[in-house]
Amino acid sequence: MTSKRNVIDTLPRPVVTLLSSLVAVLLALAICGVLLLVTGKDPLAAYRTILETGLTGNKLLEMLKRSTPLMLSASAVAIGFKMNLFNIGVEGQYLFAALIAAEFASRISAPPVLHVLLTLMVASAAGAFWASIAAMLKITRGINEVISTIMLNFISLSVMQWLFDNYMRDDSDGGLRVTTTEIAPSGQVPDIVDGRLNGMWLVALFVVFCYWLIVFRSKFGFRLRSSGLNSTAAQTSGIAANRMIVVAMLLSGAIAGLVAMQSVVGEEYAYGPQATPTGFGFAGIAVALLGRNHPIGIVVAAMLFGFLDSTSAVLQLSGIPNSIVKVIQAVVVITVVIVNEATSRYMNRRTAEQTAAALRTDKVGA
Amino acid sequence: MKLTGRARLLVFFAVPVALMSIVRLWSGEDALTSSDTIGASLRLSVPILLAGMAGLWAERCGVLNIGIEGMMIFGTWFGGWGAWQFGPWVGLMFAVVGGMLGGLIHAVATVRFNVDQIISGVVLNLLAFFGVRYMSDLAFVGQPGGGVSQSPPQTSAIPRFDIPVLSGGEVFGWKSPNILLNLEERGWFFVSDLAGILHGLTHNLSWGTVIGVAAVPATFWILWRTRIGLRLRSSGESPVAAETLGVNVIRLRYLGLLVSGGLAGYAGGILSIVASSYYRQGQTAGRGYIGLATMIFGNWRPVGVLGGASLFGYAEGVKLVANDAISTLFLFVALAAVLLVVAAVVNRNTTRGIVTAFVAVIAAYTYLAIDDVPESLTQSLPYFATLVVLATASQRLRPPAMAGIPYRRGESH
Repeated sequence: MTSKRNVIDTLPRPVVTLLSSLVAVLLALAICGVLLLVTGKDPLAAYRTILETGLTGNKLLEMLKRSTPLMLSASAVAIGFKMNLFNIGVEGQYLFAALIAAEFASRISAPPVLHVLLTLMVASAAGAFWASIAAMLKITRGINEVISTIMLNFISLSVMQWLFDNYMRDDSDGGLRVTTTEIAPSGQVPDIVDGRLNGMWLVALFVVFCYWLIVFRSKFGFRLRSSGLNSTAAQTSGIAANRMIVVAMLLSGAIAGLVAMQSVVGEEYAYGPQATPTGFGFAGIAVALLGRNHPIGIVVAAMLFGFLDSTSAVLQLSGIPNSIVKVIQAVVVITVVIVNEATSRYMNRRTAEQTAAALRTDKVGA
Repeated sequence: MKLTGRARLLVFFAVPVALMSIVRLWSGEDALTSSDTIGASLRLSVPILLAGMAGLWAERCGVLNIGIEGMMIFGTWFGGWGAWQFGPWVGLMFAVVGGMLGGLIHAVATVRFNVDQIISGVVLNLLAFFGVRYMSDLAFVGQPGGGVSQSPPQTSAIPRFDIPVLSGGEVFGWKSPNILLNLEERGWFFVSDLAGILHGLTHNLSWGTVIGVAAVPATFWILWRTRIGLRLRSSGESPVAAETLGVNVIRLRYLGLLVSGGLAGYAGGILSIVASSYYRQGQTAGRGYIGLATMIFGNWRPVGVLGGASLFGYAEGVKLVANDAISTLFLFVALAAVLLVVAAVVNRNTTRGIVTAFVAVIAAYTYLAIDDVPESLTQSLPYFATLVVLATASQRLRPPAMAGIPYRRGESH
């Protein structure tokens, strides 16, 4: 009567989730191993180099440092995902915010801690402002946020270039500097470990904690998640869908605004088209997917990506193109979403089967 | 005011040309309708056009394609590599194959494994960007003129030609007269502008461009005039109904995405083989996304995509050939808007009248007040235009009904 049960059938849901993520990462490493092999490189040597260099003290600190923008960007994307919104515009939002915040910080003078706090608040406000355009277009004109944020990414770049070239570039050196004016020491965030790990890492951890608190532990978060899961049902129970869209998008943009702040207030003390790192908006999508929008998952996934990134310089020295690190990251995301899809289908079937079995035997959970 | 179809077509074509002619005579700026500008516009339109077609094929079969940019990147790399190794024609074939590889990855993820279509597209863009960097490192580093971000230059190019009689092409060694160029140089009202536009479209044509433009009638014919096209569109409109009638939705979606990838790859090949003579990192410069915009702009129809791609290509062409002439475009917009105001008054459409009058005033003010428009802002024109179209005309846009919604065989109850 009872169907055949294997070990996996008895595992609790979180363990299955964890296992499936592990399987996805291993699968990705295998696929990239084949790629390395086909292109005439030794995959085992490459992976050994990654592990040996990555697990030294300095590299672990670098991993933490590199995980800072990824955690922030992933939280920004994840808050959208929880509301069933796809914010592809984190890239445009954080770059715009970085320019505005850097310019703001260089123009004001304030006591040390306050200076930084004000800068971060301006960065969040600028990110939220840019995200609000997409939110407004969605609720007033029904434009899908995927398309509008893609377009806004490009518009953001050109608006920034215009602002930077005409108004915000520091030309006190006769045009040699290609950044904004340097932020005064009171607005700079000190390192935790000198030259290795910046204080912004703690800020990022705090933001992830807030993400958890807001989305998973507040009344607002409950409404947000129920709108994301089933907007019709949520609306029926009195949750205003449009309001949730606006608030989720604003929160997402506000977090996105902080993504480049480690660079702006912790490293370069200015914004510059070359100095400020790009691409974190898209990397954040990858990290959020790998971390399954869960705060702990995001932190772990960001550290994994940071770990891989930290080894890329050494990899290049040992004769393996360092772009393989980025290829591994992209393949990880593909395998993770595929495995996620398969797992959730399996879990649904398992729940259905177990419910059916329980109903037949009159013993729930047998 | 009702016009017959043919008269309306005439108005749609003749009135803008006449307006441009007026603008040219008024401002003394020849560049708007010169054959140089139009030729450059054509070359710049084709990659956007093909990217738009790639989007159209994917969405018509029911799969969103955010990954056009990535497929184009594969196209530029494989095209650049193939053309460097084996010559330009083989290079174009490699570009198509490279793009199809991207399409296949997207198809396996979304059609086979039902991964979210937007996520798959985004990841494909990342994979393509870094994947070709990895391959460049292996294939191009250490070669003369090559490096991690570019390929060695190609030694031969796709042949170019002029159309005989109209634009002075050769027929069996006989140099035919160049009628259009002759007319263009006269500077007559309307006639010379029309001749300039036609001359730009008929001389110094690359075969690669011609094949690219042929994708429009080919797409229209296949998707709207053949059996397989009807089935493909039906799997984007209503896969459940299609399957009930015995259509293999899964197979058609694979097919649609392979064609989509091939077109995007060809668009990339044009960039690395026809528009330049080597592969360079970042060569696509967001054209995949402009293609996506063009598809929306063109209401998921081939002729609409052609219109959108021409518009965006023209804006780029004017910027490239005659950046100074950009401000005269505002004069053109102002005049066009005045005409629309007149039309709105005749039709007693108050809202449209007010909106177009507003546009006319803004454009006229911009023309008179601003000498040169910052290039950094004109770059975002296509993206801005797309948002405006979506915001104002979204009621009239009709995307395929089921594009973006995963489909599993036999799960329709």
